[in-house]
Amino acid sequence: MLHASVLGASLAAFWLLLSGYFTEPLLLSLGAVSVIATVYLALRTDKFDGERVSLRIDLPIIRYWVWLLVEIVKANIDVAKLILSPTMALSPRMVRVKATQATDVGVVIYANSITLTPGTVTIDIDDDEFVVHAITQEMADGLTGGDMGDRVTALGAR
Amino acid sequence: MTVLAAILAGVFLAVGAIFVLIGSFGLWRLPDFYTRLHAAGITDTLGLSLMLVGMMFLGGWTLVTVKLVFILLLILLTSPTATHAVANAAYTVGLRPFGVPPEDLPEKER
Repeated sequence: MLHASVLGASLAAFWLLLSGYFTEPLLLSLGAVSVIATVYLALRTDKFDGERVSLRIDLPIIRYWVWLLVEIVKANIDVAKLILSPTMALSPRMVRVKATQATDVGVVIYANSITLTPGTVTIDIDDDEFVVHAITQEMADGLTGGDMGDRVTALGAR
Repeated sequence: MTVLAAILAGVFLAVGAIFVLIGSFGLWRLPDFYTRLHAAGITDTLGLSLMLVGMMFLGGWTLVTVKLVFILLLILLTSPTATHAVANAAYTVGLRPFGVPPEDLPEKER
């Protein structure tokens, strides 16, 4: 019931913000109908797959996002410099990185963070190991020696 | 709209456009599929984010800005997933990466 009300409230807020209609009764009631239909469908499908992923936005994850944003900007500048340098000294590597996160959501956050940072792309995942392509040796070292994985693990179960 | 917001919008749009340009240049200059993914990454992380922030300054405190925030979040969540999907497809069919030392490749690929 809590899940349904939270889902309904978020969908209603999303509908209002996207449509920008706050006063028209007909359109508002149509919006309400679509929200109710979506919540009903979501609850019905939950019975089958049980793959509900709850999105918890709290202080630690916001702090992680800010940290990640800074990392993304730094990595962008590094890769941009590399592309623009006359010699373009590439030293591509395929490295294996251990994922120590306890949950699937944690592993996905880590894998997506790696890919979101230019210079490193998660190419394959087997069990708890990622295959990561890095455009230079330094980028690969920055990932294997860095603390991104520990930071995601510290976010705990999501 | 204040002059300051207009100037900030201009700066963000211009810097974002430069990063998109660098990304496109890298796409043309880099040697193979895997390295080009990194150049494409510049375009859809910093290039796109900066341009969206510039547009937010143009939009001001309106619903347009709210929609731009939704677009930014959507892109930041979906683009790494899409990048992973194409990279994984290439890796699965055995596309060999350029310049990677042989010890990094799986046994059968060496």
